[in-house]
Amino acid sequence: METGFFDTGLGIFVVILSQCMLVTVMVLVSLAFLMYADRKIWAAVQMRRGPNVVGPWGLLQSFADFLKYIVKEIVVPAGADKTVFFMAPMITFVLSMIVWAVMPWNEGWVISDLNVGILFIFAISSLEVYGVIMGGWASNSKYPFLGSLRSAAQMISYEVSIGLIIIGVLVSTGSLNLSDIVRAQDGDLGAFSWYWLPHLPMVFLFFISALAETNRPPFDLPEAESELVAGYQVEYSSTPFLLFMIGELMAVVFMCALMSILFFGGWLSPIPFLPDGLHWMVLKMGFFFFIFALVKAVVPRYRYDQLMRIGWKFFLPMSLAWVALVGLFAQYGWFWGAYQRWTVGG
Amino acid sequence: MGFATFAFYMFSTVAVISGFLVIFARNPVHSVLWLILAFFSAAGLFVLLGAEFVAMLMLIVYVGAVAVLFLFVVMMLDVDFAELKAGMAKYLPVGLLIGLVLLIQLGFAFGAWEVTDEMLSMRQAVTPAPEVTENTAALGMLIYTRYVFLFQVAGLILLVAMIGAIVLTLRHREGVKRQSVVSQMYRDPKEAVELLDIKPGQGA
Repeated sequence: METGFFDTGLGIFVVILSQCMLVTVMVLVSLAFLMYADRKIWAAVQMRRGPNVVGPWGLLQSFADFLKYIVKEIVVPAGADKTVFFMAPMITFVLSMIVWAVMPWNEGWVISDLNVGILFIFAISSLEVYGVIMGGWASNSKYPFLGSLRSAAQMISYEVSIGLIIIGVLVSTGSLNLSDIVRAQDGDLGAFSWYWLPHLPMVFLFFISALAETNRPPFDLPEAESELVAGYQVEYSSTPFLLFMIGELMAVVFMCALMSILFFGGWLSPIPFLPDGLHWMVLKMGFFFFIFALVKAVVPRYRYDQLMRIGWKFFLPMSLAWVALVGLFAQYGWFWGAYQRWTVGG
Repeated sequence: MGFATFAFYMFSTVAVISGFLVIFARNPVHSVLWLILAFFSAAGLFVLLGAEFVAMLMLIVYVGAVAVLFLFVVMMLDVDFAELKAGMAKYLPVGLLIGLVLLIQLGFAFGAWEVTDEMLSMRQAVTPAPEVTENTAALGMLIYTRYVFLFQVAGLILLVAMIGAIVLTLRHREGVKRQSVVSQMYRDPKEAVELLDIKPGQGA
């Protein structure tokens, strides 16, 4: 094989760097329109118009907001711990970008095809709690602190059930690699050979846990504006606030992507004779984002004790029992081997 | 110097410096944040060793759970840390002694691990070659087949520790009002709500 520039160390570095740039820019640009879509859907449910002034149909609203956030003055509270205060939004933003590195968009379209991809995602999402805690603590103010404590407890509680739900999928696949998880769902039945069918109860549990993990309504207790003003973000303004907001929304979009990878076959086509591809992945993510936005509009907020109760007393035992069941089904190949797809993984 | 060597020295320098800063930071919350950085660098070192599974576990367990717990405790406690720091000179010799003992023990363990022939044969007996199976699968095979009883015993010990901690701290206080979810759900609107038709100027 002839060795060109792209086989040298520097060449590989350039290729990976440009891949990272591509994913970052695409994700950020689509985020601007997703934010607009979020507000439009919310408005439509409440029979309002939503943003409709900037650009045609208000399409450029997010860019106007972006400009506004950038040029405003940054206010730092007098007693704040400045370093930690500014590190918190950066950590939230950077961590929410890093996870996209292992997300497979299409067959082989992944920046880093890690063998422990799902563990990487899990590790990074368990770090996201630090942005919240540090932001709340460094503000040196009551409401942010209370909000950050609530948020941290909530995120940790729901991470446990998310982890157990993911383990069920991993046991069926026999691999921790995200691309392998998608390949294991490839079958003759199209949409019916995906994991949503064998793992049906866990789809709902995962969706609800994802809502709680990303602090979305009805579990937006950290920023419950009727009690805590805006939770850990109270003292933030201008660009740091923007970073927090982007980080949060990015986590939501990532949960949509993870959901389509784990249960809905990623880039696979739902109809067997249609070609697979990137567009299916994007369509599925868009669909789940629509549902996230819809839930925000139609469900009232939970009480904090109710949130903790369903997390620990309902979701945790359910998902734990499901892991045991899946283990049994996979070991003995019951249900026509729907739970035992070990041929793909290592 | 290759990139791997550079990365190794970077991670280890950061680990050592942040380890020192854990001790010397004035603010205890900053200490915990430095500790997190030290854990992070350790995870990086594990990745360089080719132990990606252990690295991820390091992040999930230590950074994602243990350090969060530390941070919670340190943020909630109302301790005068200046007073605690005052005894530093008094405890420094004891601390150094303990550190020295730990260092010597680690030196013995790793020295034997590296140079002795019987250790080499023992190591080769249990670990499959990295080319044959991937890291995670190899660890799973080892823990769940060869050492399954030891693994289960370790789990039982942790369970006992957990139950012990719960028993020691559980208090049943008298006179605490608790919610009963079942009775809340089975409340009948017919008994709970009364509709009154109030005429103007009369009152209920």
